[in-house]
Amino acid sequence: MYDLSESTSPHVSVSSSRVNPAEMEPEFASGLLTWYGGIHRRRDLRMRGTLFLSLGLLWLFVFLALPTTGLIFLSLASRGNFGDLHWTWTLDNYRRLLGFGLFGWSPDYLVILARSLWVGLVTTVLCVLLGYPLTFFIATRGPRWRTWLLFLVMIPFWTNIVVRAYAWLFILSPALPPARIAAFFNFIPPGTALFPGSVATFLGMVSTFLPFMALPLYASIERLDWELLEAARDLYASSVQVFHWVILPQTRPGLTVGVILTFIPAMAMFVVTDLLGGSRYMLIGNLIQNQFGQGRDWPFGAALCLALMALTMVGLISYRRGGVRP
Amino acid sequence: MGLLVAGVQKNFGSHKALKGVNLEVRKGEFFTLLGPSGCGKTTLLRVIAGLELPDSGHVFLGGQDITRLSAAKRQVNTVFQSYALFPHLNIFENMAFGLKARHIDPVETNRRVAKKLELFGLSGLERRYPHQLSGGQKQRVALARALVNQPNILLLDEPMSALDAHLRGQVQEELRRLQRKLKQTFILVTHDQDEALMVSDRLAVIRDGLVEQVGEPRDVYSRPKNQFVAEFLGAANIIKARRDGGRVVTSLGSFDLSLAPVWDEGTLAIRPERIVLGEAGGDRANWVRAEVREAIYRGQSLDVWLAPGQTIRTKTGEDLRVRVRTHSRDHLRPGDQVSLFFPPEDLVALEH
Repeated sequence: MYDLSESTSPHVSVSSSRVNPAEMEPEFASGLLTWYGGIHRRRDLRMRGTLFLSLGLLWLFVFLALPTTGLIFLSLASRGNFGDLHWTWTLDNYRRLLGFGLFGWSPDYLVILARSLWVGLVTTVLCVLLGYPLTFFIATRGPRWRTWLLFLVMIPFWTNIVVRAYAWLFILSPALPPARIAAFFNFIPPGTALFPGSVATFLGMVSTFLPFMALPLYASIERLDWELLEAARDLYASSVQVFHWVILPQTRPGLTVGVILTFIPAMAMFVVTDLLGGSRYMLIGNLIQNQFGQGRDWPFGAALCLALMALTMVGLISYRRGGVRP
Repeated sequence: MGLLVAGVQKNFGSHKALKGVNLEVRKGEFFTLLGPSGCGKTTLLRVIAGLELPDSGHVFLGGQDITRLSAAKRQVNTVFQSYALFPHLNIFENMAFGLKARHIDPVETNRRVAKKLELFGLSGLERRYPHQLSGGQKQRVALARALVNQPNILLLDEPMSALDAHLRGQVQEELRRLQRKLKQTFILVTHDQDEALMVSDRLAVIRDGLVEQVGEPRDVYSRPKNQFVAEFLGAANIIKARRDGGRVVTSLGSFDLSLAPVWDEGTLAIRPERIVLGEAGGDRANWVRAEVREAIYRGQSLDVWLAPGQTIRTKTGEDLRVRVRTHSRDHLRPGDQVSLFFPPEDLVALEH
């Protein structure tokens, strides 16, 4: 769906690449094709292609197409009085999502959706802003240092997300320096913790998602042709121009992967925001969890899931269309 | 504007890349830094470009100390060895890069780029991307991209090394003509002595982070200062010698030199093509009898290895051999007896 500059599809060529197959017909009247240096019959290749694809297609069918279809059907059902399902074929869940409830219109759910989008965006932007200097620093160290620093970046991967959130709760607690310093400068009342709030939420979010941004970015930056940066400097470019005109376009594949890996899960996050953000940070993730958990309202949960998917798609498509392209 | 490099030193860890380089490059000349790989010539070029900060010493451009000025602020542009064309920008954008960075207005940019495109025969390729160009075209784009900025000095870091031998010779000639036409200061780094001799007004031979000799190609080639320069700039016969009154005595015999050596014991150098082959004859001044040992046909010349007359054995017991380069028309076979004439003006006494 998102071609990341390097295509992974096998390269099938008709003698030379980018030649209209129709033009080649006379020469290959027998239906012979070259593929990875071998000569094959067109029919055999088609068979083989189907075989290669079948496993992936099966996977996508079982784990993507089926559940999504299920969700769509589910979102059209309604909840019975005891959390049971009624197959009523109604759009009520979507109407409710848009704010038309029993007691007139209220924007609660839309606010939650917008807030999720906002948290996802801010987290992604912060990860990009931190990721570039971090990965540049690592990529310019010696080989041994690099390995260790990358290892440090990856460590959070191995720790449970809840444990990490609790670690932040501890670090930001009233008795420890961060909260005391903040109180000293009158940012918070003395004797209170730095959570719940935006600072704690984004600390938690960024620390959770930075590895997802840093690793793909690092892969791109490590392959960066440093001579291009020197050429840009030599051609009178300022540091900002070097970044904008050379580094950014050259590292775009890694940035794109990083943005996708950060934005999608950040939009759906609920553990970190729940613990560090408090009740003010009700996100669509929390809402969905509620519907399938205590709320026992699966149809509305399904509608929320689909809304989240739609929102994610909109976000990613606008990233591809937006100013980040060359 | 003239360039002055004064006492420049640069270390990379424990490796001393430049050990105090002094150089003067005059305005409008084609200057070449020649030396084997790892001699520090590229480091010196990078110091001049502002891509490397020297540990000590200074670089002056037109009398102004630019040692600590960043590359972005120097009116100096570089043609990189790999050309360093921006792969995500097309040829026009590549060439306009330096002008855009300095906010030159678009009309002027278009005009200047178009002029350089035409000069380098690249018109029509503006919308192509670097990967769609041939090696020779890429090289011309790199040259044009640097020159469009009207630099005080153009630096060229082995720009021919990526071209095949046939194209290289052609491009060397073009480069020389271009420099004469533009009358701009060019500084070229190369390890190819033919290239250096061919294009330069003056050249500096560099070895181990030090300048060995500076001069016009003719002088450096025919009057090398020491054995390194003599052997790096083409083939040379190196002969141990001792001064005896007005003459110089070697194991080949005694010779007259037009410039007498300053030492009592040292070495002489003579280029293989400067030795004159004659019929075997009597014992005259600077003539030596020799026997042909090996003749190598090279198309444009014939390389002959000879063992001189009676004094074949040196002190160490090896065969003393003299290399002579002569017309490829000559027919010489191993065993032929000939006489060699060593012209006094071509025998050079080397410094220690």
